[in-house]
Amino acid sequence: MTGQLNWLKGGIVLGLVFLLSVFFVKPIGVSTQFVILNGIIWNAVSGDLVAKNPDAKSGYSSSNAYLNKSGGKYAKNVAKPLNYSFVYVLGMVLGAFLSVITKGPKANSLDRVAPEVWRTKFGEKASLRYFVAFIGGVLALYGARMAGGCTSGHMMSGMMQTSVSGYLFAVAAFAAAIPTALIIYGRK
Amino acid sequence: MEIISALCLGALFGFVLHRVGASNPQKVINMLRLTDLHLMKVILLGIALASAILFVGLTLGIFDPARLSVKTSYWGVIIGGLLLGAGWAVSGYCPGTGVAALGEGRKDSIFFIAGGLVGAWLYMITYSAFKGTFLLDKILGGKVTLAQTPRESYAVLLDKIPGIIPALIVALVLGIIAWRLPGKIASD
Repeated sequence: MTGQLNWLKGGIVLGLVFLLSVFFVKPIGVSTQFVILNGIIWNAVSGDLVAKNPDAKSGYSSSNAYLNKSGGKYAKNVAKPLNYSFVYVLGMVLGAFLSVITKGPKANSLDRVAPEVWRTKFGEKASLRYFVAFIGGVLALYGARMAGGCTSGHMMSGMMQTSVSGYLFAVAAFAAAIPTALIIYGRK
Repeated sequence: MEIISALCLGALFGFVLHRVGASNPQKVINMLRLTDLHLMKVILLGIALASAILFVGLTLGIFDPARLSVKTSYWGVIIGGLLLGAGWAVSGYCPGTGVAALGEGRKDSIFFIAGGLVGAWLYMITYSAFKGTFLLDKILGGKVTLAQTPRESYAVLLDKIPGIIPALIVALVLGIIAWRLPGKIASD
């Protein structure tokens, strides 16, 4: 299993990873942890973002309405960063690194700055690619939080449970992504 | 124990995202501009396989239904999905694959993640403005699935037939699409 896997092997291992997560703990989700990391940073700076609250369902509450929703479950995870979902995402960084050093597909130094399709269209200037990647991140995570999940939580985990939210999200994401990619990058 | 399983399962996910090419923005952009559907085949096969095994496992009582987590369907899923799709196409990253790309050593992923933190923060501070608007109004009863699951609190669209039947049909259809879709498409 060196280099990039073909679609058959790749699909099988990806499916098994999603299955294992549901079997042992719960469905995979990533985008919430951007909120939790924001909360951790915000709380470290201001110190009073989240607080213990015996009246809240989770035992924690927050002055931020979003962290306070659903009985303060996000507030609790901000107060206790060493929780399953947050460490899971840290584990993902480690896992991709382990894949690189065990003969996974390797990106060259140019690819690590911008993919080839970008360089062909917009040149090798790093700052433009970094700026656009930043804007893409703003859009992607604002959208993911508005939707209550991202590609892993809604599309993969949702559709495997036949959740209607997963189908709605997948159709919407591709309906915007395909025309956007065609306009920006073209087909050539 | 919880932290160790989070680290292991997260690392496995990051490892696999890298091995299937999902953390490579080139592969993502080529999928979205319809020149190389490799990742599409991987995603569809992954969902199909995970879903089929999940529903067989639920029927046989091997899977604990308490581990399921169906997300709410509401208008924000669609609008947020559109926004995420645009950010995904612009950058070539979604929240999960951006995190994996960081572990892979891609520099543009740092800017995607920084943008993602800003985007998630913008949602945290604008969330209260959406409360009470149509954006958070539920669709079809909110937590709703196509196929019946052992969780009675979830609404079901096809509530007259055992869940395994529609789930396996959907999985089969997704699997066939994955198999029949072309990989690389010549651009003309």
